[in-house]
Amino acid sequence: MSKITFREALNQAMCEEMQRDENVFLMGEEVAEYNGAYKVSQGMLDKFGPKRVIDTPITELGFAGLGVGAAMAGLRPIIEFMTWNFAMLAMDQIVNAAAKMLYMSGGMYPVPIVFRGAGGAAARVAAQHSQCLENWMANVPGLKLAMPSNPADAKGLLKAAIRDNDPVIFIENEICYGDIADVPDGEYVIPLGKADVKRPGKDVTLISYSRMANYALEAAAELAKQGIDAEVIDLRTIKPLDEATVLASIAKTNHAVMIEEGWRFAGIGAEVSARIMEKGFDDLDAPVARVSGKEVPMPYAANLERMALPSVAEIVEAARVVCNRA
Amino acid sequence: MSAKQKKQAEGLTHEGRFYQADTLHTMHDSMLFIRRFEEKAGQLYGLKKIGGFCHLCNGQEAVPVGVHHASKPEDYMLTGYRDHGHILARGSDPTAVMAELLGRAGGIVKGKGGSMHMFDAARNFAGGNGIVGEQVPIGLGFGFSSWYRQDGRVTLCFFGDGAINQGAVYESFNMAALWKLPVVFVVENNQYAMGTSLGRASAETHLFKRGISFKIPGMQIDGMDVLEVERKMTEAIEHARSGEGPILVEAVTYRYRGHSMSDPATYRTREEVEEWRTGRDPIARLQVRMIEAGLASEESFKQKDKDIKKEVAAIAAAAEAMPEPDAAELYTDIYRDSIEGAYPYPGRVA
Repeated sequence: MSKITFREALNQAMCEEMQRDENVFLMGEEVAEYNGAYKVSQGMLDKFGPKRVIDTPITELGFAGLGVGAAMAGLRPIIEFMTWNFAMLAMDQIVNAAAKMLYMSGGMYPVPIVFRGAGGAAARVAAQHSQCLENWMANVPGLKLAMPSNPADAKGLLKAAIRDNDPVIFIENEICYGDIADVPDGEYVIPLGKADVKRPGKDVTLISYSRMANYALEAAAELAKQGIDAEVIDLRTIKPLDEATVLASIAKTNHAVMIEEGWRFAGIGAEVSARIMEKGFDDLDAPVARVSGKEVPMPYAANLERMALPSVAEIVEAARVVCNRA
Repeated sequence: MSAKQKKQAEGLTHEGRFYQADTLHTMHDSMLFIRRFEEKAGQLYGLKKIGGFCHLCNGQEAVPVGVHHASKPEDYMLTGYRDHGHILARGSDPTAVMAELLGRAGGIVKGKGGSMHMFDAARNFAGGNGIVGEQVPIGLGFGFSSWYRQDGRVTLCFFGDGAINQGAVYESFNMAALWKLPVVFVVENNQYAMGTSLGRASAETHLFKRGISFKIPGMQIDGMDVLEVERKMTEAIEHARSGEGPILVEAVTYRYRGHSMSDPATYRTREEVEEWRTGRDPIARLQVRMIEAGLASEESFKQKDKDIKKEVAAIAAAAEAMPEPDAAELYTDIYRDSIEGAYPYPGRVA
């Protein structure tokens, strides 16, 4: 166990997997000589050389497609998007090629690829560089989607993603890169599709993922002071979605709040709430509450930006409402 | 001279290159087979037995057949949605290809892809890609894998005169040249991107020049002459295999049919189509050469045509007799590593 940052945990996962399997390589903008725009790939060029850590031109569609072809040919690419905002330029290769290739080819061409990079709102970078696009990815059959909230999960999930034989979308939160926590050394793999109960509780279930799972933990601490015992579920993997863990929790607490950083319309919370309605309806004492980002392009001004994002106070308030304690 | 030696000596020399009679017959039969196969596909489409989009390659047969003879089986090949000719030339089972068109269980991709998505991994044929230009970055990735492994393979990446205006193509040109990847880009210029003629869509209509700003050498070839395709593509493939980096080949060709089965092709004149059909048809041109060289006769070609038509009819009948895919196939091949129970499929929830 070592205390390391989120970005170091990701780096460790990639390095260990590249040592383990020579078919794994890292490609993206500024990943090699610059050591990563967010320093996630720090030192990897020195360790693995220019054949396996490859700087690309700024050409997201092109290198995403290169990754798809390389994966079809049997390599295991890690394709880094500097941020997910830029992955939109590569959407055809992610959605039309990577996700569908196995099916269209009648099972002949698996695409073992990881598309990873920073997502979510950063700080003061405005509308085009601060957004959550995971619901787009979650909608497409053929893709898997992981979004860790802390360094240990980041390492374990990324190792699983690299070993997976399907395309995995791996979205890291830019604000979390500097977070420090205990991370197991060496072999530490968290299977995709397993949520984690980050805090047990009996009164209300707070369901979230990525950075918002940390907000949910803060909210739970505040709620405890107010006499409400919240259980916090970190989904960790959006697809496959671990609905069993969610439903088991709600069977116990009978109340649920879904928290996500992105826009509410057709968001991850919409899917999770619908599943709870379909399969856990009788366990609910109140409708599921949703806390989400406001439905606006991200503004620049500090006060407006703060308002656009979900807050711990909003989560606390939502939990009080569903528990009829408002 | 023994009978065997005599047979080996038979052939013809064209542009300084000797072709054995056997090779010429194989090229001819392969082109004619593709033509008759496509005609049968057109008929079955008319009968509504083939659905969706169906892009035929009648007229363009010399390109896939010539390229096939210039390449090695381990070389990778990718193309767009006009893929029947390419996969047939590659040697895939024609009954499985026809069954795919008919949406049958025995289709080459189990009835899941149809006309636009033919794949054959055993023959290194990676599609069959439906989005215009999408296969070009993917082909770049296959080329990258050969560079990564130093396996000596070349990737043959086909696209059309419509695709050449897609950004993905230039992104790929740039990286292929930057890293000297072993990729031969082949633009099959059949003059029309759906209904838009080349001159209405491209500022530079000499498509082989479109790689110049990436320092990619280009060559224009007669895509209606199978021997020229074979000869020039051999050079191009050698260039890529030798580590010199990518090369761009413009094969000038023509499709006799519309863009797809639903296209009456009113954007071009009957005279124009006739001019290509009668003056430059790739099958007729090879036949004339072979007859002149005493390797075949009009009679023997007529007989061959009859045989091939019969063969294609039998293939279509066999494919039609196959069952539709099993209902369970709907949910297979979505993920290679499925996690049981994690993907709730549609239907009533409990």
